[in-house]
Amino acid sequence: MIKLTDENFNEEVLKVKQPVLVDFWAGWCGPCLMAEPVIEKLAKEYQGKIKVGKVNVDENPRITKKYRIMSIPTVIIFHGGKEIKRLIGFLRKKEYKKMIEEVLEQ
Amino acid sequence: MNDLIIVGSGVAGMSASIYASRYKLEHLIFGDTPGGQGMLAGTVENYPGYVSLPGPELMQKFVEQVKHYGVEVNQANIKGLAKIEAGFEVKTDKEKYQAKALILAMGANFRRLNIPGEEKLIGKGVSYCSTCDAPFFKDKIVAVIGGGDAAITGALHLASFASKVLIIHRRDEYRAEPAWVERLRQNKKIEEILSNEVTEIKGQEKVEVIVLKNPYQGSQEIKVDGVFVEIGQVPSSVLAGQLGVEVDEQGYIKVSPGMATNLPGVFAAGDLAAIEGGIHFRQFITAASDGARAAASVYQHLQGKAPTPSWGK
Repeated sequence: MIKLTDENFNEEVLKVKQPVLVDFWAGWCGPCLMAEPVIEKLAKEYQGKIKVGKVNVDENPRITKKYRIMSIPTVIIFHGGKEIKRLIGFLRKKEYKKMIEEVLEQ
Repeated sequence: MNDLIIVGSGVAGMSASIYASRYKLEHLIFGDTPGGQGMLAGTVENYPGYVSLPGPELMQKFVEQVKHYGVEVNQANIKGLAKIEAGFEVKTDKEKYQAKALILAMGANFRRLNIPGEEKLIGKGVSYCSTCDAPFFKDKIVAVIGGGDAAITGALHLASFASKVLIIHRRDEYRAEPAWVERLRQNKKIEEILSNEVTEIKGQEKVEVIVLKNPYQGSQEIKVDGVFVEIGQVPSSVLAGQLGVEVDEQGYIKVSPGMATNLPGVFAAGDLAAIEGGIHFRQFITAASDGARAAASVYQHLQGKAPTPSWGK
């Protein structure tokens, strides 16, 4: 999983051709810590098809504010520089999977 | 065949696993979230042995202790539970597992308000996890709905970020520990609105206003930036229903003081279990105690004994 920041977000997410799944998280958030291994597994499963990264909301206020994150974990899939899907709260693996599959089918 | 399968990996499930390991029961433990609801707890100050520590940290210690006995939480998604001739079968997406006994410890989920605007504004100011989302409300005004420990601790946590916290509770007194209520009342940023209810959450892009059932300071509408819903839980007993385990009118699994359900060989522990004649009290320590007793009962059951009553001879 790539560490995304206010500085590299444009390069690593918005300018990328592939869909990019971004996990907004923080160390103080229990459900984020539960989501992390699930998302790591998905990153391996979909290697080559989708890029996966995470934003620490504590360290990256600009991106967090720009995408109006008010609840974490929030997972957003970006494609072609735009947000195309968003899931809020900690969900099961199959729900994240469904989100990715829907994006790949498009 | 395994001696035991534990379904659920919160406090109750992991405590059951630790005891099962010490009873030398061959067992598996399933759960999609190691730590369960314990991961949502902010500061835990009533678990003996620790004066104060964050829920996720305490849960990490549970996971380590389970692992210490060579047991790993299996995070497979459980499709169903069934009775088979020599015991029970647990079906996941990919495989089937058998055991002579089951401990059901799937816990509970947070309860929603089910009022207009709530669903639409989730993640846009409506939150069910104050420990997760409080820092997003720095210098803002937020409402916390509820009157239990989670609501009060949530309000206190929020008060260290927000400029004002309104706690709204439908009764005129709290269910929370008096120690928390005392701290709530000492906090100048927190305002109490008792015997009142939120009937609607309004906002376009984000939460803007809450509507109250009864006027507060002359108005039924209050401007807020966030709404934290902490109104208790609903038991996750769907899987139990498939087995034919008896539940009470609220969906909690009925158990004896030895944590036995109506089905021989099936035990339940933690937040989804309701002990006959017991009180509604769901804590880290009660879940841990339930798990320990369930494991001890499984041990006795596998030896062909009924759980030893703790009274009488």
